[in-house]
Amino acid sequence: MHLHKYERIWLIFGISSLVLFLVVLGVGAFYKGTQPPSHLATVDPTKVEEHEAFREENLGLRKVGENDYIVSVIASAFNYNFGKDDEGNTIRKIEIPVGSNVLFQATTTDVIHGFQLAGTNVNMMVEPGYINSLKTTFKKTGTYTLICNEYCGTGHHLMAFEVEVIDNE
Amino acid sequence: MNKKQHHKDESTTNLKGTFIAVMILGIFILVSWFIVFGIFLSR
Amino acid sequence: MNDKVKDINKDDGKLVMAHMYVAFISLFIGGLMGVLQTMVRSGTFTLPFGIGYYQILTVHGVILALVLTTFFIVGFQFALMSKTVGMSDQQRESAWFGYWIMLFGTITTAITILVGKANVLYTFYAPLKAYPTFYIGLALVVIGSWIACFTNFRQLALWKKHHPGEKSPLLAYMVVINMLLWFIATLGLAATVLIQFIPWSLGMVDTINVLVSRTLFWYFGHPLVYFWLLPAYMAWYAIIPKIIGGKIFSDSLARLAFVLFLMFSIPVGFHHQLTEPGIDPLWKFIQVVLTFMVIIPSLLTAFSMFATFELAGRSKGYTSLFGWFKALPWKDVRFFAPMAGMITFIPAGTGGIINASHQMNQVIHNTIWVTGHFHLTVGTTVILTFFGISYWLIPSLTGRRLTKKVNTLGMIQTFVWMIGMFIMSGSMHIAGLLGAPRRSSYSEYGGSEQATEWIGYQISQAIGGSILFIGIILMVYIFFYMVFAAPKGYTEFPMAEVSENAEPTPKFLENWKLWIGITIALILFAYTVPFIDMLHHSPPGSPGFEDLIR
Repeated sequence: MHLHKYERIWLIFGISSLVLFLVVLGVGAFYKGTQPPSHLATVDPTKVEEHEAFREENLGLRKVGENDYIVSVIASAFNYNFGKDDEGNTIRKIEIPVGSNVLFQATTTDVIHGFQLAGTNVNMMVEPGYINSLKTTFKKTGTYTLICNEYCGTGHHLMAFEVEVIDNE
Repeated sequence: MNKKQHHKDESTTNLKGTFIAVMILGIFILVSWFIVFGIFLSR
Repeated sequence: MNDKVKDINKDDGKLVMAHMYVAFISLFIGGLMGVLQTMVRSGTFTLPFGIGYYQILTVHGVILALVLTTFFIVGFQFALMSKTVGMSDQQRESAWFGYWIMLFGTITTAITILVGKANVLYTFYAPLKAYPTFYIGLALVVIGSWIACFTNFRQLALWKKHHPGEKSPLLAYMVVINMLLWFIATLGLAATVLIQFIPWSLGMVDTINVLVSRTLFWYFGHPLVYFWLLPAYMAWYAIIPKIIGGKIFSDSLARLAFVLFLMFSIPVGFHHQLTEPGIDPLWKFIQVVLTFMVIIPSLLTAFSMFATFELAGRSKGYTSLFGWFKALPWKDVRFFAPMAGMITFIPAGTGGIINASHQMNQVIHNTIWVTGHFHLTVGTTVILTFFGISYWLIPSLTGRRLTKKVNTLGMIQTFVWMIGMFIMSGSMHIAGLLGAPRRSSYSEYGGSEQATEWIGYQISQAIGGSILFIGIILMVYIFFYMVFAAPKGYTEFPMAEVSENAEPTPKFLENWKLWIGITIALILFAYTVPFIDMLHHSPPGSPGFEDLIR
């Protein structure tokens, strides 16, 4: 099939741009390890609290190293469960020092939920039977709202939680 | 001004305007993509 | 040439019009639901009579994305087939049979939504559970559309039998590609609805495999958007050139683009599932690469369109670099509306490339950016082209004239649409980058500062949405005017001829077995391993949750 000279140049240019995008994404994903959240572990959705990561005492923010944190969350309609504080009150907000490495892990006891920390790259699907997880380092301080971004029922838009990224004195 | 030699076989179909138009489109795609990629990196 | 145009058969015209009535009534209902949503989300309006936000959102999605599109496309494609290869009495009967099944299915689903038993949105993700008739109705729409598929296949096969050795008419070739795409894609939808959802919603089985159902849905969901886009491409490639007084730039490149769409629009569903657990990121990346392949035929199309315009202008004596631009019939709505759609496809397609970009998807996944994106693609590019088609298709079917008045109203309609969409989709894109979620009712998220910032953009969405609704009222008026009130007369059914400078079309483009074979091979390559993994490592299934949607 004959192509006009300009059309050949255009296609070479266009396809090269696409290849460039894929190389940039591929290097990020496979060399630097910034894959999209794709955790493969499964869990019985009726017994999530029996799983190590989601036992009562492990919920919410946990410091696991000098600069490393794990945040474990159980999503359900229409709430994010971050566990209870030392006085037995439901935790409504967590504070994370800026620059720390944070692993978010979440699962659900009922339907599909979204897990999006608005204005950050923390954005993943939480599906029954699966644990999803995502690693991030917060570069900027500020108050971020965790919201459910997948329709989960009549109260979907009420699912929210507050995450504050603070200066590390 | 125009130093390019016109090829005989393509002289019947002058598509210079088309070429410039699609190249503008291509640059628009490149710029937009890298803006969002920049947002991804900065977060 | 046997591409010779016959006048459209009167009985075929009735069949096509039956589809058009459903399409335009759907446009009105769906549009009304749309404007109501933007009002609710602006925080200034509450729905009366206990109607829920998610109920009208379900109606909006189902009736516009599934009903309007399918009926318009099937009807339009019957018109094209009737003009190019003809339709026998028997084929027309089967087409009507398919139509009634689709309509019955639509009504069944619609009633289920209206009584509030199916507030699951048009993607109906398990384990939210709707009443069984919601799924049964959808299955009937798909089955009805299959009858249309096989009627179209039969039409071309019969024509080829009577015209041995000839290449098939371009538009008939395109219709058959689109219906092949649709048939192969809907097999996934049918599988999840018939094997998973219906038995589960009827209580015959207790649980459903959520990830499998989502994967089958998105196996269907991406080719679905190409099923919408390809009829617009048909008009761009093979009808617009006639309207602007030009010729088809290249018959073979047009066919090549369609073949590439068939092959690469299906094995790409994972780019809708990029942030999900349970799928190996390597397979996600492989499908991202395949997704980027499907951009190539659109790059080809961009060139072909500009070239068609430039050659038409130059043949009229416009010699300067961009002089041909002025030669285009800007005041002819049959050109202007689809052209507005084409221009919109530049940001729309660019947004699509960004969405499919693997880890970058985390920036925009399930934010309202995505809603903004598909209101540009299907909601502007595709629908403005469909409106552009309607301006000549409807009067040519009803034996009336496309009057100056309709032309002027149509021009205004197009402007109104572009302005409304610029405001609405523009603010959706920006709010999405800030993190505002899609498919969510008005919420202040516990007084969050970020959410306060989004509300301003939600108000501009309501302004844009209201302007768009004016556009819808105008379009519905134009439709009924063209059906019942425009003066009787003749309106041309424009179909372009191929440029004499174009290369002859190579025979291999009609090698259906080859194209279908490659399509199936690509699907098997992209899906077999991850799908088997999914089944092997399945968690316990999910029971249904029907109380969460009441």
